Amino acid sequence: MKMNNVILKTTVQVSFFIIFLFSIHIFLAGHFAPGGGFVGGLLTASALVLLLLTYDIKTVQKLLPINYMMMTAVGLALALGTASISVFFGDAFFKHYFSHFEIPLLGNTELHTAMLFDSGVYLVVVGVTMIIIQSIGGDE
Amino acid sequence: MTQVLLIFLPILFALLLPMLHKKISRVHTGWFVLLVPFALVLYYASFVPKIGDGPFTSTFYWVKSLDLSITSHLDGLSLLFSLLITGIGTLVVLYSIFYLDKKKEQLHNFYFYLLMFMTAMLGVVQSDHLISLYLFWELTSISSFLLIAYWYKRDKSRFGALKSMMITVFGGLMMLGGFLLLANAGGTYSIRELIANSSTIAESPYFVWMIVLILLGAFTKSAQFPFYIWLPDAMEAPTPVSAYLHSATMVKAGIYLVARLTPLFAISEYWIWFVVASGIITLFWGSFFAVKQTDLKGILAFSTVSQLGMIMAMLGAAGIALHVDSPQQTIFAFAAYAAIFHLINHATFKGSLFMIAGIVDHETGTRDIRKLGGLMSLMPISFTIAAIGSLSMAGLPPFNGFLSKELFLTSMLSLKEFELFNFSTWGPIIPWVAWIASIFTFVYCLYFAYYTFMGKGKVDKLPKKPHEAPIGMLISPIILATLVVVIFFIPNVIGKYFIKPAVLAIQPQLYNASSDVAIHVQAFHGFTPELKMTIGVVLIGFILFLTLKKWQPLYQLQPDKLSLNNLYDRMMRLADVDSKKISELYMTGAIRHYLMYMFSFIVVIVIATLFWKDGFNFSFENTAKIGLFEIIVVFVLVASTVTVFAARTRLTAIIALGAVGYSVALFFVIFNAPDLALTQLVIETVSVALFLLAFYHLPKLSRHEEAMPFKMRNFLIALGVGIMVTLLALSAQSQKLIPSISQYYKDTVYTEAGGGNIVNVILVDYRGFDTLFEITVLSIAGMAILGMIKLRLSKKEKKSNENE
Repeated sequence: MKMNNVILKTTVQVSFFIIFLFSIHIFLAGHFAPGGGFVGGLLTASALVLLLLTYDIKTVQKLLPINYMMMTAVGLALALGTASISVFFGDAFFKHYFSHFEIPLLGNTELHTAMLFDSGVYLVVVGVTMIIIQSIGGDE
Repeated sequence: MTQVLLIFLPILFALLLPMLHKKISRVHTGWFVLLVPFALVLYYASFVPKIGDGPFTSTFYWVKSLDLSITSHLDGLSLLFSLLITGIGTLVVLYSIFYLDKKKEQLHNFYFYLLMFMTAMLGVVQSDHLISLYLFWELTSISSFLLIAYWYKRDKSRFGALKSMMITVFGGLMMLGGFLLLANAGGTYSIRELIANSSTIAESPYFVWMIVLILLGAFTKSAQFPFYIWLPDAMEAPTPVSAYLHSATMVKAGIYLVARLTPLFAISEYWIWFVVASGIITLFWGSFFAVKQTDLKGILAFSTVSQLGMIMAMLGAAGIALHVDSPQQTIFAFAAYAAIFHLINHATFKGSLFMIAGIVDHETGTRDIRKLGGLMSLMPISFTIAAIGSLSMAGLPPFNGFLSKELFLTSMLSLKEFELFNFSTWGPIIPWVAWIASIFTFVYCLYFAYYTFMGKGKVDKLPKKPHEAPIGMLISPIILATLVVVIFFIPNVIGKYFIKPAVLAIQPQLYNASSDVAIHVQAFHGFTPELKMTIGVVLIGFILFLTLKKWQPLYQLQPDKLSLNNLYDRMMRLADVDSKKISELYMTGAIRHYLMYMFSFIVVIVIATLFWKDGFNFSFENTAKIGLFEIIVVFVLVASTVTVFAARTRLTAIIALGAVGYSVALFFVIFNAPDLALTQLVIETVSVALFLLAFYHLPKLSRHEEAMPFKMRNFLIALGVGIMVTLLALSAQSQKLIPSISQYYKDTVYTEAGGGNIVNVILVDYRGFDTLFEITVLSIAGMAILGMIKLRLSKKEKKSNENE
């Protein structure tokens, strides 16, 4: 496909960031509003898929040199690590901690270890989706 | 403790054999082995004078919490067997040193198996614990299997080994079942304690089952009718093995078991009937068919079968003594004594006969009686031994077989007088059958000795030039033959030291001490019916023997198809070929069929359970109102589902499937599940994309673009599954037993978990564990896809891998 698809490329350059930001929003809002790591991860992955569709795999790999296998591994480790924090404090496995903090710019914000766990989920979902699509798409 | 340890002496010594065989290869390994049984004979012989003082027991706890122990219990019966095992063992090892060649044979294997067998056999006869008895019992089966297949390169050896294994292990397992029932009813595993509680055990509803199962074990091991068929095929073993296992020891394990359990089970008429009947039938059958055989060892195998049946019948008669008044004074008392006496005699003469058969085979190169003959002048010593053994087996004076045959006839005649248990109807037949069997015994004994050593032999045509065997090979049979003669002259010495203590173990209810057994054996005790019967046997047997050539061909009339061997072969074929055919009927390899089985079974099981448990109880009271949106979405959903199945092209089906997914997402929206709706939408998109990808890559040739053909069977199964799930859902919905726990989540989502979105908080907090493993599942799926695509082998690589 050697078509010079200017309109597509231009719109994607804008819409990629909108989708990406939206996915981050959905991911962060997960604890109080619909969303969370899973949907957020999937949406991020679809933003990346959009890039893949517009450009080809090699270009995307050059733009975003991410090892998705590593990403999945980091995600799993993060999720497991978060779940194990409580063990070191003498609590049961998988106990979460949260508290409210005054943070500059953001104001009174709740910080929650569940968020770390959710980040693990997010990373795994993005990583796995990209592994699947890249390996199937890149296959000759 | 030493007593238990000595059971294991042979097998422990066997561990040294490979070393001895390799390092000291100049000396025949058998010489080292000889030490073991010899030492054991001396050890057990030291018990003989004091065995009257009572049993010697020694226990080694094996698994104490399960009450498993190995108890060595030496009373008259076990001591007699232990002496037989080690004594004949010594002679057989000595014989085998000259029989097996040092260079050609794998001696370390042979002696390893033989010593293993010796331990097993000592364990069987000394064990007081049912489980350890069973353990040693199976060890005899296994070592016998190994010994029969010693020349494993011959087809016949392997066939014989497998056959004996199948039959004896079948019996062994049945016996284990009987043992477990017995231990359950008696509350203990100890045979002595069980015998003490025999009256409570007799009340068990499984009493007859115990008898049948345990007797199956004893009968298969002791080659009783109809399980004797393995014994003739086991003759493919080296002759020392045949002499040791298949005439003197292992086949007597069943006899031992029956004798040992007689005090326990002889209360029952079934026991007596089964043992007597099987013994008599086996006695007749074995002696009748022994005359048909042309192989020397074949004759001896059938004669062993017959003699074992004879001992079995006497043991059955020994049980009768429990049921008569003042048994010591009646002739019923003779049976147990006769059984043990004949057991000893049989071990002596049959052992020597087997060794002679081995010598003949060794020196002439054939065991076929049709080719043999006229060896008397060439092998005078062997002939003498064979004559002594045969005449003793035939029951002639002055050999020990005469004495025990007289006692046998006495005990069989006693059955005629017994009146309980319907013996008055069938009892009178038994002595007649026994008498006819004795005639055939006489015939095959002469047949064996005469056609091997006398007559006109074609000595020149034999495979080897025959000559007398080396002296080392002759020592053992000479010792045994001497015993045959000596026992005739001193039967009461043997009786006092060996037989009476054993009789005490078989009939403890009758006697207090072994000296109470008031039986005095003498060669001549007047013109009793027994003696007349013996004279009849000799006369008629002689006539039959002289006319043997005329009537022996009659055996050919028996069709091969009706033989028991044929039945066995058929059963083996049934277990192998036919069962394979049956499994091939349903194990078609087509996943479609397996899915059909699974789905139809789940439908049947679930619906049947619902019916059975009265699960159909539908109520529609708490159902919500159905709105317009729901109706529309359901309509779309159904329409797209139907499209999936009715679609003519795959593309339509994939798109319809996408429509199904999106309408499900709409359902989630309607039912207030925004998280699910979001996820469903994205996932549906991704999976439809993947389907399209798979569709695009379908191979060109088989891309048939046609609608799915309608199949009634599949339709019915699918309909069934649908109905089942609907019924299940409806009845589950209408019968909620306990309220949902969701209220707790609603109450604590902010205070305890610090969140607002219950779904997400459940996913990452309340039940984060599930999520952890779900993302693990995702990762594994991703890696698997990567692996499948990146790591697959090309065709070339595959080929080279297969060759490696």
